[in-house]
This record gives sequence, structure tokens and C-alpha cells, in this order.
Amino acid sequence: MTVRERLRQNISAAFYRHGLLCASYPVPIILFTSASILTCCYPLLKLPLPGTGPVEFTTGVRDYSTPSHESQGDLSERPDWYRGPPVAYIQQVLVKAAVSPWDNSLVPVDVFRSPLGRVFSVLEEIRNHVYTDRSLEALCLQVTDLLPGLRRMQAVLPEHGCLLVSPGNYWQNRRDLFDADPDLLKTVHQHEPKGLHTSATLKDLLFGVPGKQTGVNLYSKKRVVTYTITIALSSYDARFVASLRARLKQLHPSANCTLREDHMVHVHFKEEIGIAELIPLVTTYIILFAYIYFSTRKIDMVKSKWGLALAAVVTVLSSLLMSVGLCTLFGLTPTLNGGEIFPYLVVVIGLENVLVLTKSVVSTPVDLEVKLRIAQGLSNESWSIMKNMATELCIILIGYFTFVPAIQEFCLFAVVGLVSDFFLQMFFFTTVLSIDIRRMELADLNRRLPAEAGMPPPKPGPLRPRETPPPPRPSPHTITLQAPAFRNLRLPKRLRVVYFLARTRLAQRIIMVGTVIWIGILVYTDPAGLRTFLAAQVSEQSPLGEAGLPPHLGVAPVFPGGDPTSTLSGLPAPEPTPLPENQSQGHRAAHPEVAPVSSPQITWGPEDEELWRRLSFRHWPSLFSYYNITLAKRYISILPVIPVTLHLSPQEAIDTRHPQDTHHAPPPSIKTSDLQTDLTLYKVAALGLFAGVVLVLLLFCLYRVLCPRNYGQNGVPHGRRRRGDLPCDEYGYSPPISEISPLLLRGHSMDIECLASDGMLLASCCLVGHIRVWDAQTGDCLTVIPNNGLRRSSSSGCWEHRDGWDHISACEAENIFPIRRRTTPARPALFGDQPDLTPLIDTNFGLSPPSQALSSSGFDFGGLVEKAYQEHEPSPTLAFPPSPPASQQRRRSLGDQPVLPPELPPQNNGDWDSSVWAMELRGNLIATGRSSGKLELWDAVEGSLRCSNEDGVSGITALAFLNNRIVAARLNGSLDFFTVEITKPLGLLQYRGPPGRGSLPPSPCYSSEDVISCQLTRSVQCAHQKPITVLKAAAGRVVTGSQDHTVRVYRLEDSCCLFTLQGHSGGITAIYIDQTMVLASGGQDGTICVWDVLTGSRVSHVYGHRGDVTSLVCTTSCIISSGLDDLICIWDRSTGIKLYSIQQEVGCGASLGVISESLLVTGGQGCVSFWDLNYGDLLQTVYLGQSSEGQSVRQLLVLDNAAIVCDFGSELSLVYVPSVLEKLD
Amino acid sequence: MAEDSSLSGGAPMHRGPYISMITNRTMNLLIRAAMLFMVGVFLALVLNLLQVQRNVTLFPPDVISSIFSSAWWLPPCCGTAAALIGLLYPCMDRRLGEPHKLKREWSNVMRCVAVFVGINHASAKVDFVNNVQLSLTLAALSVGLWWTFDRSRSGFGLGVIIAILATLATQLLVYNGVFQYTSPDFLYIRSWLPCIFFAGVITVGNIGRQLALYEYKVSQEKTHQD
Repeated sequence: MTVRERLRQNISAAFYRHGLLCASYPVPIILFTSASILTCCYPLLKLPLPGTGPVEFTTGVRDYSTPSHESQGDLSERPDWYRGPPVAYIQQVLVKAAVSPWDNSLVPVDVFRSPLGRVFSVLEEIRNHVYTDRSLEALCLQVTDLLPGLRRMQAVLPEHGCLLVSPGNYWQNRRDLFDADPDLLKTVHQHEPKGLHTSATLKDLLFGVPGKQTGVNLYSKKRVVTYTITIALSSYDARFVASLRARLKQLHPSANCTLREDHMVHVHFKEEIGIAELIPLVTTYIILFAYIYFSTRKIDMVKSKWGLALAAVVTVLSSLLMSVGLCTLFGLTPTLNGGEIFPYLVVVIGLENVLVLTKSVVSTPVDLEVKLRIAQGLSNESWSIMKNMATELCIILIGYFTFVPAIQEFCLFAVVGLVSDFFLQMFFFTTVLSIDIRRMELADLNRRLPAEAGMPPPKPGPLRPRETPPPPRPSPHTITLQAPAFRNLRLPKRLRVVYFLARTRLAQRIIMVGTVIWIGILVYTDPAGLRTFLAAQVSEQSPLGEAGLPPHLGVAPVFPGGDPTSTLSGLPAPEPTPLPENQSQGHRAAHPEVAPVSSPQITWGPEDEELWRRLSFRHWPSLFSYYNITLAKRYISILPVIPVTLHLSPQEAIDTRHPQDTHHAPPPSIKTSDLQTDLTLYKVAALGLFAGVVLVLLLFCLYRVLCPRNYGQNGVPHGRRRRGDLPCDEYGYSPPISEISPLLLRGHSMDIECLASDGMLLASCCLVGHIRVWDAQTGDCLTVIPNNGLRRSSSSGCWEHRDGWDHISACEAENIFPIRRRTTPARPALFGDQPDLTPLIDTNFGLSPPSQALSSSGFDFGGLVEKAYQEHEPSPTLAFPPSPPASQQRRRSLGDQPVLPPELPPQNNGDWDSSVWAMELRGNLIATGRSSGKLELWDAVEGSLRCSNEDGVSGITALAFLNNRIVAARLNGSLDFFTVEITKPLGLLQYRGPPGRGSLPPSPCYSSEDVISCQLTRSVQCAHQKPITVLKAAAGRVVTGSQDHTVRVYRLEDSCCLFTLQGHSGGITAIYIDQTMVLASGGQDGTICVWDVLTGSRVSHVYGHRGDVTSLVCTTSCIISSGLDDLICIWDRSTGIKLYSIQQEVGCGASLGVISESLLVTGGQGCVSFWDLNYGDLLQTVYLGQSSEGQSVRQLLVLDNAAIVCDFGSELSLVYVPSVLEKLD
Repeated sequence: MAEDSSLSGGAPMHRGPYISMITNRTMNLLIRAAMLFMVGVFLALVLNLLQVQRNVTLFPPDVISSIFSSAWWLPPCCGTAAALIGLLYPCMDRRLGEPHKLKREWSNVMRCVAVFVGINHASAKVDFVNNVQLSLTLAALSVGLWWTFDRSRSGFGLGVIIAILATLATQLLVYNGVFQYTSPDFLYIRSWLPCIFFAGVITVGNIGRQLALYEYKVSQEKTHQD
């Protein structure tokens, strides 16, 4: 254990030093980290880019031989896939045909009808070619059936024979069908798929050239028709191919053709990723993103959430890249599919450490220096980080010893990734975090400066050590939270989201990004198609080599009638024999003959050499896949093309005309044709836009689904606020000790039951019945009123009774819950006919914490009373059932008192047998209501009983003390009004300072000489049918709420019942009324009603909580309610719309208070949290004690001097509003 | 989640608290079951795809149609099972009185799902030397999944029981010739199947618990009011 401790200390110290280092030199460290990331990623450059694009390898034709299956070691330049015979040899015969010279008597259809018609003769030639008893039939790739799904292509694609495709396939290679076809274009286009298609279309397959270059359309300017006849050969016979080439060249000479014929290209195709493989991959990525989203959502209380989330993601991603890079460096080539294992690696490495670090750092006290905060946060988390890391490494090591190659490789990557992730966390992320925190501090400082100008000097830092008593405060002052202008708007969150979207134009940007990504994907997946498309666009706009070059006057014949639209043509067309090609012999193709703008001219350029490159790279795979031949992981060899040039005379074109060709519609205007050509572009744009919109919608849906924060009025609060979890983290993360230590008021031996304050004094009463009076400023104990007599103790005096108590508890030391199990043997029976109901009643009805087991009974006393009667009959001294130990347990007010010392006779003026159920403090008078029905008035300073009243016998459940009137609500539903009268000297002495609430009429303060009497002025016997649960008084009104579902409003002066407010369908559990006559009530049915006190009408009615409403507070603009469901809901007061809700810890829901208009304080498990009311942001959490477990804050009282008093077990905590709040506003 | 709209539209204010609570609870149950069902269907589709994609032909339309036609009953079965298990887990937690405490956050649930998909991925794609090794590895992974994300004895027990039952059911189905595995090594099925079932049960149970987190307290209140 000592080794462990020492290790832990060492680690902690090391992390502390490291944190100091990181925060001190942020820039050099970030530079260093970036450099190391880049260095480690450098080997990645050598890796081939992942993708499915084909790979090429070029060999010479002359010395070509089919590669063997065995790899030949010395040929290092050969790719490893270049082994064995290819799937097929592709021989393309590239035909360029034109009707020349062009005649204006020709119709547009003539451009391609007769040139296409010549394909049949060329085909015939190829089919019949025989070279030394070898025919094409013997050499070509024989194909069988098409795949079953392709019935519609059966008429077009060859079956059961040579794989030989050409445009002639459209007409089943029959000239007569071709001649009979009235509309060639329709035939060609009827097989085209609708919409945008990125892969190879049938037109591409048959023509063998990109669709734009075929020239088969009515508006072709060049009037040259290009197509290929594609032959797939199963075996390569060099002599046959050569003879075919020679024969075709001889028949159809291409005069100026300088195509190179000495290279064949082998194209290797990667594995096709089908949609079936993509779906699981996409699923894993979606899960990954959901994980990242949920993780980074927890980053909180930093300057820039997005920045830190980005840094976290960058940390993880670059650690992965580093791991791949390092593994490559050391010769471990990744064989796994990177894209597939990547999400799992991210999940294994995880974002947890980063989040824990952030949380730890932001939980450090904000008034420390940034360096120290970082260092503290790091060292707080060092042990858990190291432990987690060691565990993960162990697991991965275990995985490594499975000896499965794939898993071993994965583990190797994961180990390197983990280590580099750790490195990056420690250096990169920590530094970014320090920069962020520093920015936050600077921003806060900047924001503070103008606000301070008009404000009184800020009060000294509230960080006070608990040993030294603080100096007395000059005057109680409230914090005025100056806020920026927009802060006062206090918009609902959904509106703020909308404004945020509008301000940043997020949607537009996302759409833009989506479009760009989509186009990028398009380019990536179909580079050839888009490139050809763009090339075609460019070439159409600027006809190269035609207008750009100076006219070659001497050679080029001018055909004046060449332009069909020209009106100059009156001359007959010249004879076509002087072919432009023949005249321009000897000129290179790159420097072509200049012809009239519209004359068809067949040129051969280097771009024709490998025209197939412009096809989609899925061209060949899709052609072969129609016959169920896969090219995945195989290759084909493409032989050099055979050029064929065809010139047709106009007469020939006219002869082959179909009768309907001349009736063809005249060419539409250029504009529409442009429109048609541009249609693809629009399609691309529209689709991109659509994709973007879909992306946005998807993101929105994801947001709605995954972030179900509820803004609606009646909605069920689903979204737990993760921010609220900071105090009670379920994440295996113990919050560091806050440096802001509250002032602990010690002295009570039992749990504190009642709390009352008037701003200057603070009175508390514990379960035993001791009342202590404290100075609310300094926390000094002024008076102790023990329950065994009128013994007055000084603030430092010892407490005699305590000895007796200790003795008793020592007697029952073996008992875990001595008090709760105590019987009351010596208790004199005051009411012989009544059982002791005291344990059954929760005096503090407004603050009933939710319970696990017993709370459902609510305030229904009937059953419990019955039970108590039954228990009372057989054994009056029966031990009470042991209370369950859970702290969430509803705390019963236990009327048990310690055994009276026998030598102390029961005194008349003090009722020591009943417990204090209600307590109020005004001036220096403490009014206590006891379970016996007795009302007592104590002097708070002297601790003496000034008067008591025993007019009622039913227990006082609630008290209100206003001016000189006391209202007591009793268990039997009656309401008693008392008047406090001071008979002797009338001089009112202020105890100390002005009373707190300025708006209140000053409470009377009494000197010790006064004779004070308390007279019952009026008793309303049946104020309610059932026990009164809440009693509140303000603005001259007394409001009572009862179990009988009604709220009654009384006038304080004449105790006249003004209204009976009905509207709840359950007992009233909470009431709020203030000076401005705002009355709100909450009931067991979970509804909250707002009433108009003047008219008694219901202003609004909202269904707020599941279960009882336990506490209600109103500010000028909103209503804050808490319920048994541990939710704190903030409602708009005027509209009744729920603004947001805060998830509280179990059992702490009821403790809340409002410090100012925009500051809410809630109690938690051993801590209090401060919230910004406008935004619902958690500002600060202050821990009340070292052991934050167990004790939860049940009562919380906001004093006027910006202090908060809350009960913390048997202690009281006086918390001054911490500095973060001033810093924020 | 989807509950917001259904409740804000469907719960009038004037309804009694008790009735509305009942409605809420049943609504909650239904919605939870529906979500779990969808999760189950989705996972079944994806993982089935993962399993069959080794025999993919080149034509995506055929693959899709074959997946949706051959075993149309499989996803609904998985969905129903997921809904049952996802509801059973929180219910059992409540009955046993030991609420699941470990790391109840959505990010953890996502992590769990990712690991589950990863286990499936490994079973489908990684080439192992023999089936014993594959099964042992997957078993270790599944138990690791349980340890990382669940750690409750009840979860383990329920997982094991359901895995055994599901394996038995699969055996019966295969025996009756409803479908078959390509290379069975454990009677009629693959021996890694129980591990996959176990991991799936843990995962779905995790999701179900996370979903039930919101309903936990309300239902508890209600049981006391009864």
C-alpha cells in the first residue's frame, strides 16, 4: 500500500510539474507537438492513397509476353498485381467518320447517319478477317448469358459469342434495321438512364468514347462522328492483331495519323466497394460520430466549447495518424482496411481522458493563477489517467496474444495509438486547455472593466479561510449583477439557437460545405466523367486550333457554302475529291490545317491515343460485369487503338437518308441547345444543393433526437442537464476540493430542523429542540437556548446539557441511529388520549425532500395517524421503526427528546416535551411553534422566554411573523392570529443595524425590559378541512395552503378570509407570496398556479412536475419551481412557458434560493451550486465539507448580505457568493 | 425525444394527475419499446449485411433485394427481442433493487454499441486459424464488453440466460431447415453465436437502461401511490 501511495504521490507531483511547464510555455510546446505530429505522419506520404481508382502499368507491345504467375524478383518496377494473364485484351478500333465536303443541302441528320452506317462494313471486315487460319472467333473472349437482371439489354449486348461491341449493336448489327430506323438518336438515347449517372452508360459502352465526343447529335459543330469498335480478346496473338491493324489501315487510311502503337496499358482494378459493404461502414461511422458528439457535449465551463472539442478530436485523430505513420516507419505495412478499423480505434482510444482533464481543470478554483489551475487539475487526475492507461494497455496486450494476425495488427496499432494519444493529451491538449482558460480569464477581465466604472468598488475576495473570522461587514449589501445588454433579454434557448443560426449563417455554410464535399466526392469517384464533361465545356467555348490560328491561305480550300446557316452560299458544292486531308499531307496533327469554321475535318491527335482514359473508370468493370465477370483485383490489357478514317461524300449521305430525316424538326435556337448541354451542370448543382439540404435536415433531426432538451410547456423533462452533474459525477470522477470554503457554524448535535433569519440574526433549531442564534455576518454563536431550561449560555459558553446527551448516546453507542430508535420512556403524557403524532409530521412542509420509499404518502396524515394509533394502543413505548439509512429519506421530524435528567423538574414556562415545529425570527424575537400547540416568544439575544401562549392544543405546523402579528397554522386546520403587545417602555430599540429587507416595514425590536405579551386575537377554527401545510405572509396578506386542495388568503389586520382559491387537484405543498402581491402555489399534483391576490383569479396554470411541487420562488420575470422529480424548472412568469429545467440530485430538489434577479442557488450532495438564471448555466459549485458524500443540503436560506445559509447535517454553512459570479457579470 | 411532441400534444392540462401519470407511463413504455425495436431492426439489418457480404455479387440491386427478401422475418424478430430485453433490464434492476450505477451516459452507450458492432465485424471479417480460437476470442471480447459497460451480476446472468435460449432457438430453427449456416461447427450453427448473443443482450440492455433512466423515478412514485 505504501508503494502504491508513493507511486501515486510521485505521479501526482510529476503531473503537477508537467502542468506548470505546459501552461508556462504554451507556444513552444504546441510548435513542438505539431512538429512531432508532422514527423510521425511523414511516412504516410509513401502509402498509396486509399481508393478504388484503377492502377495502370504500361509495357511495350513488341516484347510483350504474358506475365507468369510467379513473381520475378528482379523486376522491381513491376507492380505486384501484374501476374498471370489478364482478364481480357481490349482492342479498340477508333473510327472517325465525316461527310465531307459539307453541303448546305444536307440536313443535320446526315452528320451521323451515313458515318454510323459504315460501322457495319467495318464490322464485317473485322469479323471476317483471317490470318493464317486464325479468325477472330478463335481469339476473342467468348461470353455467355447476360446477368438475369439485364433483360432489357439483351437486344443490344452480344450474347453467346464474341464480346464485340460497337454502335451497330443498337441495331443488332444489321444494316437493314439501321436503314429502317426513322430516328437514330431516339434509338441511341432510349437506353440512357434517367437522371445523373456517374458510371458507364450503355452509350459509352457501345460507342467506346465519351458521349460528348461521339458527335452523334444534331448540333455538332465539328460534324465528325467518332466511335469505336471494341473487341475483347481472350488471348493475345501479336501477328493476328498486327494483320488486322494493317488490313484496316489499308482499307481506311488515316493520312495524318501519328498515333503511337508501341505501348499497351495494363489496368488493374481494385476491389469494388458495393453498397452492401458501405452500410456497415457508414453505421460504424455514425456510431462513432454519436460517441464523439456525446462526449464533447460534456465539455463545459470553458471559453470556447467548440475549440476544445475540436482540439479533443484533433488529438485523437492525429494520434491515430501518428500510430499508422510510426507503424509504417518501422516496416509494418498496414494490411487492414484502414477505413474499417478506424472507428474502432477511435472508440478504443476514446475521448475520456481529455474530458476528465478538462473537467478537472475547470473545477479548480478560479481565482488561482492559470498555471496553478492547470497543474492542480492535472495532478488531481493523474492517478486515474495512469490507471486507465495501464488497464487499456493490459487489455490490448492480452489481445496481442491471441495470435490472430488481424487482431495482433489491430492491437499493435492501438498500442502505438494509445501511447501517442497520451503524449498528445499531455502536451497538445493540456496546452490548448491552458490557452483557453487564460483566454477566459482575460475575457472576463475585459468584460469587467466597463462594468466596474459605475459600480462601487468590488468587495474583497470572498475566499476566506475558515479559521480567521472575517471582519464585520459594514452593511449588508446585495450583489448587483450588472449584465450586458443582451443578457437582460433572457431569451428562451430555442430562440437563441435560431438567432445563433441566423447570426452565423450556419445553415448556408453547411449547405455550401455539403455541396463542396459532394462535388469532391463526385470528382473523386468519377474523375474521368467529370473531367471529360468539363473538357467538353471548355472546348466548346473556345474551339482550339480553329479560330486561334492564322489562316493558312495557300493550302486551305475555302468552302463558302460550308456554313449551313450562311446566306452567302449560292454556289454549288464543289466535288469532294480534293479532300482536305490529302492536301494537308505532311502537316502534323498538332498544327492542323485551317479549314472553314464549319467544315468537317478529321484530325488525329495525341489525345486520341488513349481515348479510353476519358471514359469512366467503371467503364470496363461494368462492361464485364454484365456477363458476371468481375475485374476486382484483376487487370485487363488495353492494346493500342487502330485508327480508321472514313470519308463520305454528300451524295452517299443523301443516299442513305431515311425518308423521315428531312422532316426532322429544324434545329432549335442555339440558346436552347446550350441549355441542354448545360443541363448536366444544373443537375449536378441541384443534386449538390439537395444533398446539402438533406445533410442539414439530418443534422437537425440528429440534434432533436439526441439532444432532447425540453422547452415545451407540458413536455416531460427528458433532457438531463449534464452540466448539473458536476457535483455528483457518476463518471468515476471525484471532484477536487474547492478552495472556497464556507463558514461552518458548528454547535448543534443533531440535524437542523428549522432555520429562520431576518438578515442580521440567524436562528436554527435542531432535532433535539435546541435553538441557537447566530450572527449572520460573522457566524458567531450569540445565544443558545437549550431545551432543558432557561439556562442562558454565552456564545462561547459550554453547554451543560450536552454532557447528558453524550452520556445517552454513549449508552446506545452500538446503535447506528440512536435518536431515531429512541423510545421516550420518561416522556410525560401530556395528552393521554392521544398517541404521539410527532414523529409523523414533517414540520417543514415547503421543503419536503423527495423520498424513495415513503414519500408517496405525501402529506396524507390520515393513514399514518391510524397506524400510530394502532401502535400506540398495544405498546406506548414501542420503538419507532428504524429509519432507512439512505440520505434521500424523507426526514421525519422526530419529536423525541433526550431523556430528561430526573433532577430537573418539568418547568412551566418551557414545554420541553414537544418539539419545535416552526420558528420565525423578527427583530430579536424568536417565535417558536411547538408540537404541543404552544407558541413561545424568546429573546434572541438573551435567550430568555418572554412569553408563551397555550391557547391551542393542536400542534403548530407553520408560523408567520409580520410586524407585530403572529399567525400560527395548526395541525387541525385552524388558524390563530396573535398580537404581540409591548406594554412597558415604548422605545423601540433596534438590535443592530437596519433590518434587512428594505421594502418590509421594520420589524419591531424589543428591549429586554419590555413586557411582552402575546394575545390570541382571533382563531379561525375551520380555516381548512385538513391540516394546513403552508403558511406564508407578506404585504398584509396571509396565505395558507392545505391538504384540502385549496389556498386561502386572509387579511392580516382583521384576519378576514378574502379568497378561497381552488384550482389544484392535490394538497398544496408550496406557496410563494411577496411584496408585489405575486402569489404562486404548487400542489401535490405537480401543478403550479399563479394567482392575482387582488381579485382572486387564476392567472396561469402550468403542469410542471411529476409529483409534488416542493418549492416555489418568483423573480420579476420568472418562476422557479422544484419538485419531487428533482427537477428545477424555470418558467416565464408572464407566459407560463417553461424556459428550461435543471436536473438536481436525488433528495436535493427542494433547496433553492434566488440571490438576485439572475442568480439562482441550489443545494446538492454536499455542495451548493450557483446558476445563471438567464441562461441556465452552472456558474460555480461550492463544496461544503471535505466529505461531500452522504449529506445533502435540504434547506437553503438566502440572506440579505449575499450569503447563503444551508443546513449540512448538524452544521450550518454560511457561504458567501463566490468570486466567479462577480467575474462573470 | 419523440415523447416531447406526443405529450405536449396529447396531455391536456386539465386531466387529473393520476390519469396523466398513467398515460405517461404507458406512453413511456410504448415509446421505449418502439425505440428499442427500431434499434434492434437496424442492428439486425446492418449486422446481417456484414455477415452475408462475403458472398456479395457485383450487383447491388440483387444484394439488397436478396437481403430484404430472404429473411424478412429476421429483423422484426431481432427488434422484438431487443425491445423485450431493453425493457427487461431496467425492470429487473428495479425489482432487484440494485440500480445500475456504472457510467450512465450516452457516450458510454455509444461506445458499447460500437464495440458490439466491432465484435460482429471481427466475427465476420477477420480470418482466424480455427473456430475454437475465433469463439474463444469472441467470448473474451464479450465478457470484456460486459466488464467495461455493465459490471452488474444481474446483467451477466440475464445475458447468459438469454444467450443460451437464443442459441437453442437458433439450433431448433436450423434443425427444422428454416435456414442454415455455411460452415456449422457447433451442432448446426457457428460456435461464436452465443457470444454474439451475449454481447447483443448486454448492449441492448445498456440502451434500455439508459432510456429508462428518465422514467425511473416516476414509475417508482407510481408504485408507491398504488
